[in-house]
Amino acid sequence: MSEARTRGTAPGRPSAQSPARGRAAAGSPDAAHRRELLRQMMLIRRFEEKTAELYSGGEIRGFLHLYIGEEAVAVGINQALTGDDNIVATYREHGYALVRGISADAVMAELFGKATGCSGGRGGSMHLFDSSRRFYGGYAIVGGGLPLAAGLALAGKMRGDPGVTACIFGDGAVAEGEFHETMNLAALWDLPVLFCCENNRYAMGTALEREHAQTDLALRAESYGMTAWPVDGMDVLAVEQAARRAAEAVRAGGRPHFLELRTYRYRAHSMYDPDRYRDKAEIEEWKKRDPITTLADRMRAAGEITDDEFASIDDKLAGEIAESVAAARAAPWEPAEDLEKFVYSPGPS
Amino acid sequence: MSTPQPTTYREAMRAAIRDALQRDDRVFLMGEDVGRYGGSYAVSLGLLEEFGPERIRDTPLSESAFVGAGIGAALGGMRPIVEIMTVNFSLLALDQIINNAASLLHMSGGQFSVPLVIRMATGAGRQLAAQHSHSLEGWYAHIPGIKILAPATLEDARGMLWTALEDPDPVLIFEHASLYNLEGTLAPDAGPVDISRAAVRRAGADMTVIAYGGTVGKALSAAGELAAAGIDAEVVDLRTLRPLDDATIIASIRKTHRVVLVDEGWRSGSLAAEVSARITEQAFYDLDAPVERVCTAEVPIPYPRHLEDAALPQVPGIVAAARRTVA
Amino acid sequence: MPSLGADMDEGTLTEWLVKPGDKVHKGDIIAVIDTAKSAIEIESFHTGIVDRLIVPVGETVPVGTVLATITPPEAEAVTTAAAQPVTVPAGPVTAAAKAEAPPKVTGEQPAEAASPLIRQLARRLGVDLTAVRGTGRAGEITQADVRRAAAAPRPAPAPAPVTREKPGVAARQPVTPLARRLAAELGVDLAAVTGTGPGGAVREGDVRRATAAGQPTAPAAPLPRQAPERAARTAAERALAMRQAIGRLMARSKREIPHYYLSNTVDLTAVMNWLHERNRELPVSGRLVPAALLLKATALALRRVPELNGYWQDDHFNPGDGIHLGVAISLRGGGLVTPAIHAADSLTVAELMGSLKDLVTRARAGRLRRAELTEATITVTNLGDQGVEAVFGVIYPPQVALVGVGRPAERPFATSGLVGARPVVVTTLSADHRATDGFTGARYLTTMADLLQRPEEL
Repeated sequence: MSEARTRGTAPGRPSAQSPARGRAAAGSPDAAHRRELLRQMMLIRRFEEKTAELYSGGEIRGFLHLYIGEEAVAVGINQALTGDDNIVATYREHGYALVRGISADAVMAELFGKATGCSGGRGGSMHLFDSSRRFYGGYAIVGGGLPLAAGLALAGKMRGDPGVTACIFGDGAVAEGEFHETMNLAALWDLPVLFCCENNRYAMGTALEREHAQTDLALRAESYGMTAWPVDGMDVLAVEQAARRAAEAVRAGGRPHFLELRTYRYRAHSMYDPDRYRDKAEIEEWKKRDPITTLADRMRAAGEITDDEFASIDDKLAGEIAESVAAARAAPWEPAEDLEKFVYSPGPS
Repeated sequence: MSTPQPTTYREAMRAAIRDALQRDDRVFLMGEDVGRYGGSYAVSLGLLEEFGPERIRDTPLSESAFVGAGIGAALGGMRPIVEIMTVNFSLLALDQIINNAASLLHMSGGQFSVPLVIRMATGAGRQLAAQHSHSLEGWYAHIPGIKILAPATLEDARGMLWTALEDPDPVLIFEHASLYNLEGTLAPDAGPVDISRAAVRRAGADMTVIAYGGTVGKALSAAGELAAAGIDAEVVDLRTLRPLDDATIIASIRKTHRVVLVDEGWRSGSLAAEVSARITEQAFYDLDAPVERVCTAEVPIPYPRHLEDAALPQVPGIVAAARRTVA
Repeated sequence: MPSLGADMDEGTLTEWLVKPGDKVHKGDIIAVIDTAKSAIEIESFHTGIVDRLIVPVGETVPVGTVLATITPPEAEAVTTAAAQPVTVPAGPVTAAAKAEAPPKVTGEQPAEAASPLIRQLARRLGVDLTAVRGTGRAGEITQADVRRAAAAPRPAPAPAPVTREKPGVAARQPVTPLARRLAAELGVDLAAVTGTGPGGAVREGDVRRATAAGQPTAPAAPLPRQAPERAARTAAERALAMRQAIGRLMARSKREIPHYYLSNTVDLTAVMNWLHERNRELPVSGRLVPAALLLKATALALRRVPELNGYWQDDHFNPGDGIHLGVAISLRGGGLVTPAIHAADSLTVAELMGSLKDLVTRARAGRLRRAELTEATITVTNLGDQGVEAVFGVIYPPQVALVGVGRPAERPFATSGLVGARPVVVTTLSADHRATDGFTGARYLTTMADLLQRPEEL
């Protein structure tokens, strides 16, 4: 696996080539599959845009962290996971929830705080959970989910389960103590964790080079004795390929692996962020590599999709999302009398 | 149950862990120096040899990671016992305990419960100075979503662990370090005990002393001295700090009308303050004297013996407070 | 104005990046707003032509305010629920409500601005002027306002004026909750119990010792915890409870107090003449009645005979701290209350009348204050309205006297050997022989009669 360790990219510059491109990888997706990847990315994009509008209108409250620009990461990683695997994500997790199969209705209702939300309305944007899909949240503390992911992997290993635990976090988490403790523990105990670092180059308002003395995050992961790959996070096919390979490696060898997904968010850290820490020109540069546009362009050029088909996907998604908004608006609130539920499990203790 | 044998609190706790490991494959113990070292208080001595490294896991010095891993493992279907060496180090894992263990059931709308047990040594009295002498169980008892136990007897050391492991929610067990050498007798097959009720350790009629954990012994000693002076003190051992057993506490106040609360936490905002408030709320018209508290003085615990002794609740202080209620 | 966070209530528009007629696309940045946190760019959620910029640069508006309108292009039929013209951004109804703050409640007179008379009245009735809404001219607080504030609704009044603490003693003695409850249950008068606890606190043991020693007990007054329950009882139950309490009190009075009785017939000619003259000048609603003068005379006479104004306690007489006339008021549905007119000797006749009327109204409405029920230093019972000539009443312990006033009536009267009809009234005195003897009692009644011969001086 050593040829996968590409360290050619200098810190601060987005990688122009993903390690997988240009190679005829076995099992490369066909046109229908690419269409599906495209649709999933567009679902996330349109969903996030709609939530931005609803938040401005005051129907979604609290904090809202948008995934716009990073869609390729969630979609690609999800392709590598099965129903036996676990996901532990962050507060920027709407995209992961949707591609994992939690319905737009359930996610939207959760953002509205309604009882039909995937966390019963109790969690909100940062705490999406779904036990039936092994979707273990949604954490507001940067780095807070990492030890938990290690524990899930530990349990799986002790029980002889075949699954992988995908652990999503950002470049900011790499500065947290919990990251380092968990990396060490996972490598020491051979825990089947797939660490996925979404390096979007900013920890809230602090740029990568102002956050880390060593900005090559894949390199730092390796220092724990873990195999680590940097990946072009704007190319969904590259992400999918890297994620599949890494997940397979974790399953086969039972050892943790690390992916550094180099990506970018077009929007601010959250809705109430004036975004003064970035140059607008930088955002425009990254937009040129928009994951949806680049894939759509490639598919158009290859005759795999027409403009009409693209528009029809978009319209259909708009309709689905509009329905989920209507459903969320109509959904009931949990009665206030039930306030003290879910503090302890029901039944005799 | 078989014949009680002489044993210690430490041995009772070891027997509880062994019993749990034998009964349920899902149970395993993880913490610093629990394996090769045998446990920093020798509680897990011999268990590594008996159960192997998969079930007795030495962790690196990473409280946050291994407590969080305990949470994850509990979510994933295991029944881990996480040992944090002392409550002093648990502060490094506060994010995992409060933001994850205590909150997951609620944030997920009831989908994910965390059947985790965390054991910690606690308390002062061995001149270990400010950073190694905390009694924070009352502080933890403030957090909804977790349960807090303070076993003060051999029966409780032996029996609370199993009940805690069966609980679907996170349970924190605080073992006062001064109790490990406590001697007594116990049946080798002593079984589980409840974790929801306080216990009257000594019945009395004139006034009540309420204590928990390391101060129960002091309360009983004080009761002995008071008896010699003609004051019949009832001693209540809280056993569980969250949830508190209001019924037992209030019943005692209704009987004796006077109470002294003993708490090794610092006085302000202590668990004793909470119990005092509940007594006022529920038994105001039964009080014949103000509620008295004997707590730790509000200083970081000092190193020299005489100062540490002066800071902590002691028998003479409990006796004096008791006398004030009946004077 | 979009909501960009839970703590954002309003924003200031600092820059428009479009003007009417511009084409905008969904996602375009169209304005810059300033919030408490910082300047933020805001986007359009719709595509179309800018129609009108409503909020100008520099204006601060609440979240939800419409900032501009955008007309969707004709070519694209807008299938969303938005009506034309599309507003930017869509503000929820709830946010708009923030724009209208409820009007501040006005009309409260600062306490310093109230007149001295009002302030004195408020002090006397225990009313906090800052909480009173003035209905007078320019929001002034009037006497009626103050009395209304004093007569706030509460549960049914105590059936009898039982004093828990020694009247006139400044500090309350500390009593533990348990002791207080026990005392109530056992009928022990706490005022008579010596506390042995810290600071002289009365404790359980002290109360138990008091019952063992057989100290005089007060009639079992309602327990404090039962007060809220009392309000829930029916009127019949309340009346019965009151009857029983009165019965207990009267029985105790007769048991303990050695009563003696005196009566005096008073010539009211001067009073009636004076009233006739006076009332001619007054509006009907303000006209004085004989009862007012009788009450004033009762009070003033006590200044000259203070031995009848006070309490018998601990085997001796304690003079009252003022002359607070208890007036017996019968209630509809049976029952009697005796609230006090505070410092009756210092009030003018008109004020006395006002006080009396007010007490009667409030007593019948069940809105007397506890202080009024425990304050009386002597009680007057006036059954003149009922038509009886004379009243020989039962003293309310621990008071030492009760003044009775019968019905003023025309009676044959002999003056200088001639018989004529004159208005007279029979005044009576029931007095505690431990505190006074007939000599003092007689002096009192004759003083009262003398005062009534000079009504203009009352």
